[in-house]
Order: sequence, then structure tokens, then C-alpha cells
Amino acid sequence: MEDIAIQITKSLVSGLLMGLVFALVALGLTVIFGVMDIVNFAHGEFLMVGMYTTLLTSPLLGIDPVLTLPLAGITGAILGVMCYFGLIRFLIKGPMIAQLFGTFGLMIFLRNLALLFMGSEPRVIHEGWLVGKSFIVGPGVVLESTKLAVAVLSLVSFAVVWWLINRTKVGKALTATSLDAEGARYMGISTEKMNALAWAVGGASVGIAGGLLVNFWPVEPGVGLLFTMIAFATVALGGFGSVRGALVAGILIGMIVNLPPVWDAMMRLVHVSGLDIHSFKYTMVYAIYFLIMVLRPQGLFGWKQ
Amino acid sequence: MLEVKGITVRYSGLPVLRDLSITVEENRTVGVVGANGAGKSTLLKAIMGSVKVQSGEILFMGERLDKLRTEQIVRRGVIYVPEGRRLFGPLSVEENLLLGAFTVEHEADKKRNLDYVYELFPRLSERKKQAVGSMSGGEQQMAAIGRGLMSKPKLLMLDEPSLGLAPLMVSEVFETVRRLQAEGETTVLLVEQNVLEALELSDRGYILQTGDIRAEGPAAELLKSDGVRQAFLGL
Repeated sequence: MEDIAIQITKSLVSGLLMGLVFALVALGLTVIFGVMDIVNFAHGEFLMVGMYTTLLTSPLLGIDPVLTLPLAGITGAILGVMCYFGLIRFLIKGPMIAQLFGTFGLMIFLRNLALLFMGSEPRVIHEGWLVGKSFIVGPGVVLESTKLAVAVLSLVSFAVVWWLINRTKVGKALTATSLDAEGARYMGISTEKMNALAWAVGGASVGIAGGLLVNFWPVEPGVGLLFTMIAFATVALGGFGSVRGALVAGILIGMIVNLPPVWDAMMRLVHVSGLDIHSFKYTMVYAIYFLIMVLRPQGLFGWKQ
Repeated sequence: MLEVKGITVRYSGLPVLRDLSITVEENRTVGVVGANGAGKSTLLKAIMGSVKVQSGEILFMGERLDKLRTEQIVRRGVIYVPEGRRLFGPLSVEENLLLGAFTVEHEADKKRNLDYVYELFPRLSERKKQAVGSMSGGEQQMAAIGRGLMSKPKLLMLDEPSLGLAPLMVSEVFETVRRLQAEGETTVLLVEQNVLEALELSDRGYILQTGDIRAEGPAAELLKSDGVRQAFLGL
């Protein structure tokens, strides 16, 4: 019984931490969708670029990976704005299918660009303030400092984005653009600038997420796919365009992914060598994703709330 | 103040406005009336730069508007209160009004304009925290006009402000236009299907039919002309 209690605590803690990582990755996706109604399939590749930025600039500048986070954020923001002005701006004039294939193409382009310059080898950061460090907070409950840092930064990022959208004039203009772009233009709002801003904020937040993630997750050109898929599930679960939804859904998915150890502990308790569900943890995430799409297509918090 | 000179607008090849010209003089109210589909909204959207003008030019206080983007046109003092209002439904009345003052730089001016709108429409003041989408059609139209006035426009363009409103609300909307006329600081370009009331309110009128101007002149004379009375007023 004690075994289970510890396992549940462990899973809750690591679920919460991992969930905040998922939430941070999903934040940029939901912001961009909220303002522009466009789904960015290349979102995971933005994350990959953020990861490589930290991996490469840290030894280059001789500073700790953590200190390169602003660089990862700026790189993400610049990449976002470049994609907006170079591609998305033209795609939104076309039909929905053009937007889908357009960002899909962007995904393949960025991935192959990374393959060209970085090779296919997975790379990790070996040294840093956060790498490999952890502290024990209770019996069997270990907090990895990398994940703790991401979790804190994720909450900070959400707070900043929330403040930007709800408490600033430019945030009101963003909201107006997301509700009715043509109506916003009649207010004198440059929706072009608002779209670019959404891509900058989206790119920056996912770039920072990448810069942190690379401290405990190997980077290779294809790393984006898993995170794109989870981010899609997160955003769909929380409600497309909802910032609050992304936070709650991210945590929820983090918890789901950390369910298997609890299941194992329960199986041990009843002395049954039960089904190994570890390999199915992402299957459970997408099963819930499909369930939500069928039962509540607008997600937990609705569209754009 | 506003000169539309021979503009042609096409939607997928078909002309919606053909070589159309209108003039709006400062501190006057001009009514553009005509049936549904005559091109009235297209005319206002062309002035706002939100539909493309194929030929001709639009001058506002001597400056070409047809080369500018919508948000630049708004900054010149041309405000469009669109058909169907296009309010930001989930936002509160006050948030909507403040978005109308997006181009106003100084907080003090913003505050003064807000007070003015609340004085003009006390009902908006009573419901400032309410989501604008949850109000009645008439109240929403007040919010839309109020939002249009939040930047102290030089030219206010109202697109079908009486559409879908109860008769009492319609007269309240037109009463607002009368008050703006009396204050004499706003030029109004009014587009309406409600031919009789719109022309009664206007100094000058244009009758639009399938993209062409069929008649124009002082509104009082248009109201008396046989063609207008037969075609639009059923008299």
C-alpha cells in the first residue's frame, strides 16, 4: 500500500513537471492558432531549432546552456516572423488545404535543413548547471533540476503571455484580431503586425522550450514529430486558441504519460504480473485526444476563450 | 472632403460598382440609398481599402486613399461602422469602445471620448461590463456607433445602421445622427435600404442601383422626384 502511495506521489510530481513541458511547447501553437486560425505543422521543428540553438551556442560562447535561453527564444521569434512574412502571409490568402500543406512543407524543409547542417546523430548536452542534477524531496520522490527548471519557466511563460493578452493594449488588439480580423482593421489595428507578433510570441516560447528541453532530451532533426503530435493533442484537448486550456491540458497529458508506473505498483500489490502498459503511454494520450474530438470538439475550455 | 472619382470594383470579374463617383462635403450628411445588392456596402468597403478598386481614385482631404491600407485610412479620420456591426462579441461594452479608440494616443483624449459616448448612449454606460454579444440588436448598434465615435472621426460612415432593428430603435439610431449633425463636428456618409428615413436625414442623396448611380442631388429634391417615389417609396 505504501508502495502505491509513493508511486502515485512520484507519478503526480513527474507528471506535473512533464506536463508543464508539454504545456510550454503547446503554448506557442495555441497562440498562433488563436490569432490566425492557422495550424502550424512545423511547430516541433521550431522546438528543434531552439534545441540546436542552445546546443551550439553554449560551447561557442563558453556559457552555461541555461544562459543561452534568451538566444533560443530570440532565434525562435525570428524564425517565427520569417516564416510569417516569407510563407504564411501568402498561404492565408489561399484555401485551407494550402495552409495545411504549406506548414507541412515548412516542417519537411526545416527538418532537412537540420539534417544537412547537423547530421542525423542524436546529440546531448553533457555538462551544465542543470544536467544530471536532482534532489530528493521525499521517500522515492526525486526532482530532476532540469525538469523543475522547465516547469518554473513554463509557468513564467504562461504568466507573461497571459499578462500580454489580457493586460496590455497590444493584447487587446491581438484579441480583436483573433475574434474578427476585418473588424480589427476597421479599428485601425494593423492585423499584419498582430499576425507577425503572434508568430514571434509563438516562436519565442517554443524556442525557449527547446533550449530547456535539450538539457535532458537528445536532439536530432526528427525530434519535433513527437512533440508536435503531443502539442496538437494538448491544444485540441484544451481548446484551440485557449492559453488556459493549453496549461491545463498539458498537465493532464503529463499525468497520463506517467500513469504506467502507478499501474505497475497496483499490479504488484495484487501479485499479478499484469499487462505492460509502458509502451502504450502515448497511445493513451491519443486515445483521449480522439475521445475529446468526438465528444467535445471545442476542447475543455472552448475555442479562443 | 471625400471625393470618389469613377471607381470600378469587380468581384470575380463581375462589376459591382461601375465608374461610380460621389462627393461628400464637410459637415454634411450624405445618404447613399438603394436596394439590397446595389453595391452600397461595396462602396464603403472600397473607401476603407478592404475591397480592391480596379480603376478610378478616392480622395480624402486631397489625399489618395485607394493607395493606403485600412489601418492607415482609419488614422486619417475615416471610420466605418460596418453592416452587421462586427462587434467583438465576447468582450465587454467598454473593451469594445476602447478598441474604437485604438488609434487615439493620449489617455486623456480617450477618457473624454469615452465620457462623450456614455453621455450620448447612457444605456452603454449602464452595461459597460456586459459582454457586448449578449445585448439586444439595438444596444449593439449603439455600441457599434459609439465605438465608431471613440476616435473622434472626421468622416463617419454608417452601413445599414437600421437593419434588423425594432422601429423604436431605428428612430433612436437616426436621432443620434441628427445630434451629430447638430454638433457639427462629424461628416456622415450613411448607407441605407431605408430610403425614406435616410433621405429625410441627409443633405444630399445618391440612389444606387446595381452598381450605377441612378439619381443624385439634394435629398429633399430626390424625395420629391417621381422616379424615386415610384421606385423606392411605392407612392
